[in-house]
Amino acid sequence: MRHFKETLYRWVFTILAFASLLFLVGIILTLFRESYPLLAGHNLHDIVFGRFWYPTYDPPEFGMFPLIIASFVVTFGAMAVSVPIGVGTALFLNELASESQRAVLKPVIEILAGIPSIVYGFFGMIIVAPFIQNLLDIPTGLNAFTASLVLGIMATPTVASLAEDAVSFVPRSYREASLALGANRWQTLIRVVVPAAGSGISTAIILGIGRAVGETMTVLMVAGGAAAIPASLFDPVRPMTATIAAEMGEAVMGSAHYHALFAVGLILFLITLVINIFAEIISRRFRLKLGLGR
Amino acid sequence: MQAGNMMGIVNVSQRFLASIVLVLALSCSDTEARKALTIKGSTTVLPVVQIGAEVFMERHPGVDISVQGGGSGVGIASLIDGTTHIATSSRKIKKGETARAEAAGVHPFETIVAMDGIALAVHPSNGKDSLTTVQIRDIYTGRISNWRVIGGDDREIVVISRDTSSGTFEAFERLVLAGKKVRPDALVTASNQVVNMTVAQTPGAIGYLGYGYLSDKVKAARIDGVRCSEETIRSGRYPLSRPLYIYTDGRPTGMAERFIDFLLSEEGQRLVQEQGFIGIRKGRL
Repeated sequence: MRHFKETLYRWVFTILAFASLLFLVGIILTLFRESYPLLAGHNLHDIVFGRFWYPTYDPPEFGMFPLIIASFVVTFGAMAVSVPIGVGTALFLNELASESQRAVLKPVIEILAGIPSIVYGFFGMIIVAPFIQNLLDIPTGLNAFTASLVLGIMATPTVASLAEDAVSFVPRSYREASLALGANRWQTLIRVVVPAAGSGISTAIILGIGRAVGETMTVLMVAGGAAAIPASLFDPVRPMTATIAAEMGEAVMGSAHYHALFAVGLILFLITLVINIFAEIISRRFRLKLGLGR
Repeated sequence: MQAGNMMGIVNVSQRFLASIVLVLALSCSDTEARKALTIKGSTTVLPVVQIGAEVFMERHPGVDISVQGGGSGVGIASLIDGTTHIATSSRKIKKGETARAEAAGVHPFETIVAMDGIALAVHPSNGKDSLTTVQIRDIYTGRISNWRVIGGDDREIVVISRDTSSGTFEAFERLVLAGKKVRPDALVTASNQVVNMTVAQTPGAIGYLGYGYLSDKVKAARIDGVRCSEETIRSGRYPLSRPLYIYTDGRPTGMAERFIDFLLSEEGQRLVQEQGFIGIRKGRL
C-alpha cells in the first residue's frame, strides 16, 4: 500500500513537472503551424523588412519592420531608465544602506513589481503622456519616449532585485581583502564588487530586457500605436505585442491577417528565446566564476 | 510519522476532490434549470445588448443571458462555430464570412437594432470644427497635416485612428476613406473611450468614434455642413451614420427571438437611446 502510494505520488509530480514542457512544445508548434500559411505565401525578406503594415487592406501588406523597430526602440529606451535605477538600487541596498533603509526599500521594490501592467499603462496615459506633451511642447505625448519611460519604471524592480541577488552573492572575503589592501568603500564597490557580480548584473539586465520586450498592456496604451518607422524618440510607435493585442480580437479567423499576427508572435518568441539563452549562458558562467556552480 | 503525514495529505485531497465534485454538480443542475442565451461580438453594440439583457433577465427570471465583447469578427466567427446564439456586429457580415458560415451549415440572418453615427471629435479649443468628407479623407491619408491648410490655427494635426480590424475603423473606411490608406504614422488606439480621452488632452488632435461615446470634453465637428446629432443620424442625413446589426443562425427562434423582439420594442429602443445610440423603430429588414 505504502509502496503504491509512493509510486503514485512520484508519477503525479513527474507529470506536473513535465506539463510545462508540454505547454512549451504546444505553443511552439501552434506558432509555427499558424504562421506557416503566411510565411509560405510571402517572401520572408518582405515580411521582416517590409515598411508598411496594412494587414486588412486589399491587397494586404505585412511589412513588420516598423513593429520590430518599435519593440527595439521602446525596449532599449526602457533599459536606459531601468538599468541605472535598478543597478544603483541594488548597489545601494547591499553596500551602503542602513538596516532601516533596507527594511523600507526592499518591500517598496517588491510592491512596485506587483503593480499590474494595466495600472502602469493607465498612469502613463493619464499622467505621464500629457505631462511630457506640455513639457516639451510636442504634438502628442503618446510616443516612444513616454512608453520607454513607463516601461523602464516597470522593469526596474526586475533589474533591481536580480542585480541585488548578484551583488549579495559576492563573497564577503572579496570585500574584506579589498578593504584590507587599503581601498576605500567606493573603490571596493567599483573595482571589486561590480566586476565580481558583473555577469550576474548582466543577467539581471537581460531579463529586464525580456520583461520590457514582452510587455503588452502598457505599450498598447502609451506608445501611440503608429505602425511607421519613427524618425525620433518622440514619434508614436507600435511594438509587436501591442499589434497582436489590438488586432487579434477582430482578425477573421484563418485569414491572412490572422496568420500574420501569429507570425509576429513567432518573431517575438524567437527574440525572447535568444534573450533567455543569453541570460542562461551568462548566469552559468557567473556561477562557475564564483565557485558556486556545479 | 511519515505514513501519518501521507494520510493527512490523502484526507485533504479527498475533501478537495469532494468539494470540486459538489461544485460541478451544483453548477450543472443550475444551467439545466435555467435557459441560457449567449451573445458575443462588437464592443460598439455591447452596451446596448448588455443593458437589454439585464432588463430582460429581470422580467424573465430563469433566463440566463451571457454577453461578451471581443469584436464584430469574433462574434460572427463564434456564430459560425456554434459557440454563440447571437452575434452582434457594427458592420455588415463579409462575403467570406457568409461563405464560411454556409459551408458550416449556418445561415446568418440579419436584424438591425439601432443606428450609430461616427463622430469626428476635435479638441474644444479648436476653432476649425466644420469639415468636409474630402478634407477628413485628406487629413487621414496624410495630404493635409496642418490645421492652417484648411483655415484653422497653425498647428500640426495629430491624427487618431483605430486598429484596422475594428468595426468602427471598417465603417470609417467605407464611409470616408474610399479605399485610401490611413497615413502610417497616425496614432492607433484600441477603443472609443481612448479616442475620446486622447482627443480631450491633445489640442491638435482629430479622432473618430461612435456617437454614443462622445463626451463633453471633446467637440464633434459638422460634416459637409450637417451637425452630428440624433436626428441627422437617424434620418441618414449625417454622412457618417451606420446601422448596428445582430446576426442569428436563420430566423431567430425561441429565446433569441424574444430577446430581439424586446430590443426592438418601444422599451428596448428607449434603452438603446439611453446608451447614446439612435433607435430605429422599424423592425426587421
